[in-house]
This record gives sequence, structure tokens and C-alpha cells, in this order.
Amino acid sequence: MDDLDSRAVAALADIDKADTLDALEALRVGLLGKSGIVTAALKTLGSLPPEEKKARGAEVNRVKERLADALAARKAVLEQAELDRRLASETIDISLPGRDGERGGIHPITRALERIAAIFARLGYQRADGPEIEDDWHNFEALNFPPHHPARAMHDTFYFGDGRLLRTHTSPVQIRSMKGRQPPIRIIAPGKVYRSDSDQTHSPMFHQIEGLLVDETSSFADLKGTLAEFIRAFFERDFEMRFRPSYFPFTEPSAEVDIRWETADGQSRWLEVLGCGMVHPNVLANCGIDPERYTGFAFGLGVERFAMLRYGVTDLRAFFENDLRFLKQFA
Amino acid sequence: MKFSENWLRELVEIKANRATLAHALTMAGLEVEELTPLGEGLDGVVVAEIVGAEKHPEADRLQVCKVDAGQGAPLQIVCGAPNARVGIKVPLATVGANLPGGIAIKAAKLRGVESFGMLCSAKELGIDADASGLLELPLDAPVGQPLATYLGLPDASIELKLTPNRPDCLGLYGLAHDVAALFGSRVKTGEQAPAPVTSQARRGIRLEAGKDAPRYLGRVVEGIDATARTPLWLAERLRRAGLRPISAVVDVTNYVMLELGQPMHAFDNDRLEGDVVVRHARAGETLKLLDGSEAKPDTGFVLVADDSKALAVAGVMGGFDSRVTDATCNIFFEAAHFVPAAIMGRARKLGLHTDASHRFERGVDPELPRRALERATELLLAIAGGQAGPVLVAENLADLPKPAPVALRRARLRRVLGVEVADAEVARIFTALGMKVEPQVDGWQITAPSSRFDIEREEDLVEEVARIFGYDNIPTATPAGALALAAEPEARIGELALREQLAARGHFEAVNLSFVANELLVQWGLAGQGVPLANPLSADLAVMRPSLLPGLVEALRHNRARQQERVRLFEVARVFAEGNPPIETPSLAIAACGTARAEQWGEPSRALDFFDLKGDLDALLAWGGEPERWSVHTDDLPGWLHPGRGARLSRDGETAGWLGALHPQLAKALDLGPDVHVLELALEPLLARRLPKAQPVARFPSVRRDIAVEVPEEVTWSRIGEVVRSTLGGVLKELRLFDRYSGKGVEAGRKSLAMGLILQDASRTLVDDDADRCVRQAIAALERECKAKLRG
Repeated sequence: MDDLDSRAVAALADIDKADTLDALEALRVGLLGKSGIVTAALKTLGSLPPEEKKARGAEVNRVKERLADALAARKAVLEQAELDRRLASETIDISLPGRDGERGGIHPITRALERIAAIFARLGYQRADGPEIEDDWHNFEALNFPPHHPARAMHDTFYFGDGRLLRTHTSPVQIRSMKGRQPPIRIIAPGKVYRSDSDQTHSPMFHQIEGLLVDETSSFADLKGTLAEFIRAFFERDFEMRFRPSYFPFTEPSAEVDIRWETADGQSRWLEVLGCGMVHPNVLANCGIDPERYTGFAFGLGVERFAMLRYGVTDLRAFFENDLRFLKQFA
Repeated sequence: MKFSENWLRELVEIKANRATLAHALTMAGLEVEELTPLGEGLDGVVVAEIVGAEKHPEADRLQVCKVDAGQGAPLQIVCGAPNARVGIKVPLATVGANLPGGIAIKAAKLRGVESFGMLCSAKELGIDADASGLLELPLDAPVGQPLATYLGLPDASIELKLTPNRPDCLGLYGLAHDVAALFGSRVKTGEQAPAPVTSQARRGIRLEAGKDAPRYLGRVVEGIDATARTPLWLAERLRRAGLRPISAVVDVTNYVMLELGQPMHAFDNDRLEGDVVVRHARAGETLKLLDGSEAKPDTGFVLVADDSKALAVAGVMGGFDSRVTDATCNIFFEAAHFVPAAIMGRARKLGLHTDASHRFERGVDPELPRRALERATELLLAIAGGQAGPVLVAENLADLPKPAPVALRRARLRRVLGVEVADAEVARIFTALGMKVEPQVDGWQITAPSSRFDIEREEDLVEEVARIFGYDNIPTATPAGALALAAEPEARIGELALREQLAARGHFEAVNLSFVANELLVQWGLAGQGVPLANPLSADLAVMRPSLLPGLVEALRHNRARQQERVRLFEVARVFAEGNPPIETPSLAIAACGTARAEQWGEPSRALDFFDLKGDLDALLAWGGEPERWSVHTDDLPGWLHPGRGARLSRDGETAGWLGALHPQLAKALDLGPDVHVLELALEPLLARRLPKAQPVARFPSVRRDIAVEVPEEVTWSRIGEVVRSTLGGVLKELRLFDRYSGKGVEAGRKSLAMGLILQDASRTLVDDDADRCVRQAIAALERECKAKLRG
């Protein structure tokens, strides 16, 4: 008995000292295995008298349990250490860049243009388009510009040999959208337009968005409300705004819209951002729409101007140079 | 239109300061473009006379002047101006004055000589740009008077950016009517008294240009002094309106034009022969103009002529030979009405733009000529003397516009503006604008003055009310009215989504000008394509591009030249081709160069190749949902593509675009390497998208079998696909290429392709025997059709 106890005490010390799972397993076999000391002690029970057998059996089982518990505890410790080692060896530098994580980007003009079109889409305006190579009738005459009219001089026009021209504004889309169709009409027509003018603040090609609404009730007050809402939605802020009388042959009354713009030096100034007006009755009539029954309003804006204001672009020409160092800022 | 503020204030009472006036003009549609204050800071500047001048003892360029400034003893002033001399009257800035340029005048010693003030040029006083010498004042200028008082300062030069519909405001009286309406005051009109007729000199006038020139008034003034000096007040008004004083006669006509808006002309009467004839130009007729240019008017032009020759291009510019010179004694004044249609575009045709043409092509009040003629005569007689003959009138009343009333309905006004304007206010506005107002049951009858060419219909009147009532006073509202929701086609990919997709794949969107240089098209072998402009800005911008690629590759070059080795650009825009009407095709293009993937750790780097760009294309086609409708071809490639690394793309057999490496010769010419790959596709087929039609998911598992075959190099993957698919039919769900190899271990001229066959039956689970049979069939077919050999 004493022998088993003392061997068990020694075994417990060995278990605590075991520093690998293999060593621990060898100990387990030596203690609890088929030829282990506990198994041997259990085997000796049969030769004992019954009265001793019971007490001795309980004794041996206690030792067995103690040893098994110690083995399990040590095993858990060693397994945890082993796991810790493995995890430590598997650690990566998570600050390394991810794989193929780069992306390109859309052009700031597209970005501004789509933002504008999306705002009007929410108000029920449908996208419309027309050709960039236009004829005189759609670009000028149907819009109430008589031949040689001084208002035409405000549009420096590119011509083709056959008398066709590059549209100088997106307004001809008004005509194309109204022809052969009856109100209510709400369209938004973005696109490229061309004027033969090129310097620091003029590009011979630029982008405009034309809006048109024709129905039985629209008024100048509606026009003011629509554009005020649009400006607020586009810039995500309120502006001091003014509608200033102006002249376009295809609208009357006509207005230019200025917003109060704060410059970097803390000053503010009026900045023209839109042209607009009530659709001229002649234009409605040219498109087969009864100007007595219907009224409408139209507006046009320069996309570059909005993109410049929104994104802080100061040089118009940067839009058309396609320098990646510029484009990457809009990714 | 530029004018002196003080002059305007003389014509109409304005109970408002300068800033309020400028704001009101802008908000009435008469936009103030520039406002230049004049004569600020002239305290202590007086009219003075130089009474003595001696050379400075120490400086060649300086003089020591004795100046009478009305303060008793003359002041000693050192002056360096070249025109300083005894007897002239000039501005003197006395000690204590602070000039506009920031110069504070103090008593000082100049090279040892004391000086008690400064004699000034116009520039130093901030009243003109002239810095050439002292501002010489008329000899009758009162010595000692503050200069500001003498010159009618302070004042401001106001420049309006007028819209083409308001020619009436190209004269101060017209402008005064708008101002009166804005400020609730009245224009001080005053009748123009006829000038005394003291000569019987006449000249016949014949109108032979029909409706183009319905009225022509003239008058002979004899015995004038053409060299008479224009009085200071008149010269100053011209100057503040941006005109240089020239001579008494010219200044008078310019003054009347500014005041009333009527362009006038004066001929040297002694150069005219017989009648003045207003007629159309004759074929081949030429005329030397005032500016020395030789005009070749076509027969649409109206000329002013005499019995033997052309004298002037009507409404544009006078002739050189009949001009008024210093030697002129007798003049013939012209004040005529030419209709806008007769003048529109004419000056432009001659390469001219004059104050007269600017007004006539917009419309000048036909009732102005007599008043203008009398006003000009009055001024001229006062300045240059002379004897005025009777006013000579030629007119066709039938061809003159008659004032016609226009109706304005109360309900229409309210509907268009969206606001109720009180009847009394409407009447006040029209009356102040000089219009006749007759109330009606449902509104008003309005008769506009003859100066208002822009009032023709009801909307024109609505605009007048809105302008003067104030756009700011119109409320804001939200459009009512129901609208049917437009059905957005789902079977179409949105252009923005397409762009975002390309951006997500690493490409940057570019926007190029639509015009390209013809030279560049020649380089690409695209000469003669596209649509050439008749009036391009330059040779670089001469042709509407037939392809997006030349411009896009230029943008790629631009970036390459700026240390960007890896470039990914795309553009979505139209390309152009001749046609009636010209054909515009929305297109997508990509140009890329550099490494296939961005430089990164842990991945081998390799140059971009054909299949990288084809991968972009495949992703787009997969999005459309019907990649099987697309195919690639090696025939009919454009010259700018590498013939062995280029593909023609077609959808349902119709060519839709191209993909591949640039032709090495083109790449070399553009100084680019072999890594530049491009793609160009018509946008519409690319945006087409299948509307999904759901199928039940197969209930039985699929089986995969891999095979590797060796085939001759020229057998394409798409051919192999065709053979396998047609052999196995519907049981083949997918055919995947997972390896392609040639080189060691493969016979020269042949390649090895390893592929996976995914097999599935809709009605049962395939067993090994089924799969093996399929593999055997596929191999047999490949051996037969593609000279394939199974690899061990």
C-alpha cells in the first residue's frame, strides 16, 4: 500500500514536470496503461481476503482518479501551450496592403452630371437626348432665333459644309422631345455642346443639362421653387439665391439664377449658375402644343460650372486633359 | 452700354444712392457689368494756372513753375511733365490732398528746390487712363475752383450688359424710362425746340430701298468751324461713356446717339453730288470706309449714295471720301430709320461691329430721327457755329411700324407668373414705362412706345410686369400635376452603372474633346472618316472623331509622359460618320498599358496582354447575360490593330467593335511599347441585357471529368468548344479551360489544353459509366475534328 502511495506521489511530481504531450502520454501508459502500476495494483486485489479487498479497492481507485485528474490537467496546460506556440508562429503582418485593392474612377463631369440628373429623376423628369450634329431649325429657328438675329451672335457656332452645325446648347432637345407628343412633359437632357471659343475659361466642347416641364398649370413661381430645391439638393446646403431678368429667345419671361458664393478669402459674390424661363409660346406652337392650354418652363445649366463649384476645381481645362493625377482625386 | 451716372440722374430723378441704383438695374434685367467710381479723393485739388516756368538748376527734366491757384501769391511747384508751360490751366493737388492712387501731397524739396504741391495728369487723379502729361483744362476754367466741382465729379462710369431685346436702353432716355418705373419717378422729357433755320441750303433725298429704309431725314449746316473745341462737359460725358472725343461734329453725333439712342452721321456736304439716294448696293460695287477698309457689299446691303457714287454703308459706317475733316465748312447731317432685318448680320459680313450697327440691328425707335436731328443741330450751332438749313424729310409712312395695342389678360398674367399683381400696380408699371394703358374687362390694352421693338405679344407684357414688379417678389411654389411614372427598361444596363463597373475594374474615365486633328487620323489609317468641320478652331480640332481611340491613346501618352507607367483609361462618347443626317454612334473605348496588375507584394508582375482586356470585356458581356450571342473573329481587322493579336467582336453576327494590341508600326509611330491594348465597342449592343427567366434548379448532382488533349496550334479554343458542345449536347453544363501549355514535352506546332467537363442530367443522377461514355465521345470527336491526341 505504502508502495503505491509513494509511487503515486512521485508520479504526480513527474506529471507536473512533463513538458511535452508525448512525455505525458508515456507517463500515462506507465501509470494507467495495461502494464501500469495502477493496473497492476488492481490486479492484486483478487488475491486479497474479501474484507481487505473492499478497502484496498477503494484506495487504489482513489489513487487512480488522482492520477487521471493530474494527467488531464497537465494535458490541458500542455495543449494550450502548444496552441499558443502555433498561433504565435502563424501571426501575419495585417498592415500589409490587400491584394488587387485598387480601383479606377468616373470623371468629375460625369459625376456632377449624373448627380444633377438623378435629382431631377426623383422629381419625375425623364432622360432625353438628341444629336450633337444639329440643323439650324432645331438649334435656332424652332427656338425662336430668327436668321441673323443678334442673339445668335451670343453663340459662336461650329458649322459643317452642308449647313449643319454642332449644337450650341442642349435646348434643341426641347424641340425634339415636344414634337409629336402632348403634355404633361418632364424631361432632363444632358449632353455635350459646342461653341467656337477657347481660352482659360471657355472650352470649345462642354456639357449642359436642359430641363423642361410642360403642363396645364406650371408658372414662374413653380420654376423658382423647382430650381431653389434643386440647388439645395445638389449642394446639400441653402444658398442666398436670386432670379435676375434676362433674355433668351425661347423663353419669356427669362431669368438668370445667381447664388451667393463664398470665396476662400471670406468674401462673397453673386455667381451665375443657371439660365431659365417660361417656354415661349412660339416654341410650344412650333412643336404642335397649344400655348393657350399649356404653359411650361425650361432651364439650362453648365455641368462644368457645377463640377467646379462642387469639387473645388479652379481650371476648366483640367477636365479635358485626362491627367491621372487629376482623375484619381475623383475615384 | 456705358454711361455717366450723373448724366442719367440729370434725365430722371433717382431717390437712391449709387449702390441701390446699380442693384435695381441688375434686378430689372439691365445687368450692371462694371461700375467705376470717378473723381473720388479730389479734396484739395483745384484749377490752377501756370504763370511762370524755369528750368530746374539741378535736373534737366524738371521745371520750377510758378502757379496761380487763386490763393494770392503764386505757389512754387516743381514739375516733370513734358507739357508744363506758361499759360495753361491744369489741376493742382495742394499740400494736404490725398490722391486716389494713394499719394499724399506734402511740401517737399526736389533736388534742392522747394515744391508746395503737385500738378497732375488725368491718371494721377483717377479720372482717365491718360498719363502722358498734365491734364490740360480749357483756358476759361476758373482758377481756384475745386476741380471736382469744375468737372462735375464725383461721378461713376456704369457699364450695362444689355440683352439683345432691349435696344431702347442703348440711349439714356430709354434707360431713364426703366429707371423711372423702378423708382416711381418720371422722366424729365422736355420738348426739343427746333433749331432756327437761317439758311435755305437743301439737298434732295430719294428713298429707293423699299421697306429696308422707310425714313431718312437730313439737313445741311453751312459755315461751321470744324476745328472748334468740344466743350469740357460734353467731352467728359463721352469719355465717361467710353468714347474718345474726336472733333466737334463727330462728338455731337456720338453725344446724340448716347443721349437718345439714334445713330447719326455727318457728311462733308461739298463732297456730295446731286441727291442723297438710299438704295441697295449694286453688284460689284465697292466703297472705302472711314476706317480705311474697302467694303464689298453684296446686293442685300443698303447704301447711302449720291447721284454718282456710294457714300456710306447704311447703319454700319460712313465712307472715307465724304467724311468730315478739319477743312470741312458745310455738313450734311443724316438721321435715318433702317429696319433691323436690313442691317442684321451686315456689319459682321464686313468684319465690323459699330455703335451704329449694334443699335440698328437690334432696332432703333423710328420716331427718333427728327428729334435727334434738332438736338444735334442745336449742339453743333452752339459749339461750331454755322447756319442750319431746313429739315429735309423723305419717308414712306406705309412701311413704318405702326403702334399696335397688345392685350394682356389678368388671368394669363396670374397663371404664367403664379402670383396676383394688383391692377393698380400693373397700370403704374406700364404708364411709367411710357406705355398707353386702356383697361378692359379681363385685363388691359397696352400700346408700347415706338422705341419698344420687343413688345409684340402678351408674353412680352407679362415679362415687363414681372421685371418691374420684381422677380424677388414672385413666390416659390412646387409644380403640381400628376405624371405617369416612366417605365425604366430593365433589359438595358444603365450607362452610369457601366461606367461604375469599369471603374471598379480599375479604369479611369476620360473625357476628350470630340474633335481630332486630321493628321492623327492619317496616322491611325482613319483619314477621310469622321465629319470635318467647316470652321474649326485649329487644325488640331478639325474633324469630329470617327473613333474614340486616337484621342484616348493620346491621353494615355500624356500620362505616360508624366511618370504614369500603368494607365487604364476609358471613355464613353459618340463617334461620328458622314451621312444624311450624319451618323452618331455612342461608343465605349478602353486604352490600357503597363503591368497587368498594380504593383504589389506577393504576386509576380507581368505585362498587360490581350486577355486582360478581354477579361474586362467578358465581365461586361456576362453582365448582359447573353455572352453566347457574342463572338470573336480574326478577319476584317482595322489597320491599327496587331493582325495576330486583334479581334473583331460581333453580336449576332453583326460587327460591334474591336479589341487587341495596337499595331506595332502605329505603336512605334506614337512612341509606345507593345503593351498598349485597346478596345472599342458600340455602346448599344453592350447595354442590352437579358431579362432573367427563372429555371428550376437541377435536382441531381453534376459530375466532373477532366481531360487533356494535344491539338495543332491553329485550332482555336472556340472551335474545341463548338465540337465538344455539339457532341455532348445538353448534358454538358459547362466546359472550363484550366490549362494551356506548349513547349517541352509537346510536339512542336502543337499545344496541350486541359479542360474540365461539367456534366449533369436533368432527370437522373449520372453514374460513372455515363460520364466515361461522354468523355470517350468528346475525345473521339476532338480526334476526328481537331486532330487531337489524348494526353496520357
